[in-house]
Amino acid sequence: MQHTRRSVIKAGGAAALLAAFGGVLLKPGRALAAWNKSAFEAKSAVDAMRALGMANAEESKAIEIRAPEIAENGAVVPIDITSSIPGTTSISVFIEKNPFPYTGTFDFSQGSLPYVHVRVKIGESSPVRVVATAGGKHYTAVKEVKVTIGGCGG
Amino acid sequence: MADPMKIRVTLQGDVADVRVLMAHPMETGQRKDAAGKLVPMHFIQTITAQLNGKTVFSAEISQAVARNPVFAFKVKGAKAGDKLSITWQDNAGDKRTDEVVIRAAS
Repeated sequence: MQHTRRSVIKAGGAAALLAAFGGVLLKPGRALAAWNKSAFEAKSAVDAMRALGMANAEESKAIEIRAPEIAENGAVVPIDITSSIPGTTSISVFIEKNPFPYTGTFDFSQGSLPYVHVRVKIGESSPVRVVATAGGKHYTAVKEVKVTIGGCGG
Repeated sequence: MADPMKIRVTLQGDVADVRVLMAHPMETGQRKDAAGKLVPMHFIQTITAQLNGKTVFSAEISQAVARNPVFAFKVKGAKAGDKLSITWQDNAGDKRTDEVVIRAAS
């Protein structure tokens, strides 16, 4: 799975095409109706946030992102996110330098605590942006993760 | 049908610490196989967790989540004997649900 940067870029273009057609061919089921296609296919974090109505998120120190400063293997980067903003109902993750930055949204209901652990793929060193939604307002925090793809350890 | 999930629940007071591992390739559509052909996208899109039939946690995710995804989350108001079920559905329409009964903290 070693990619040169160029082949990754080319592959990215092909994937976008595939996604465009795949979306039509695959006929997503009922449960997928909630899957925000335009946000997931956005090529920049700003566009994805706009598609989700989160473009006006304000910076907050109440969101804790625990992720490695340097990830040896970009294929599996563990991230722990905790929001201490009262009434947080969802947490969204954007990996800004990934071909498709929007990674997902996690919703909490029935008093679930605003905490999630997720393992993500990060293609190259990138800021990881988190948006927490509380009471209809959006708050954001960011953490930089450096990736040494195929690294042999330090 | 995909392999079963591994679900582990640890009770800490009334908070259930849930960890789940799903067996799924999470293909991004960017990787090439040995013959140099792109492997089509194949990834989990939605996840729902229910405690006694009530949704407590849900997620919509992209192909950027790592292969064989692991998630952890914390559900408040859980007690021993409660049923926790987790369902995922992928972009190929495959879905899987697994259920565990929460056991008292030992």
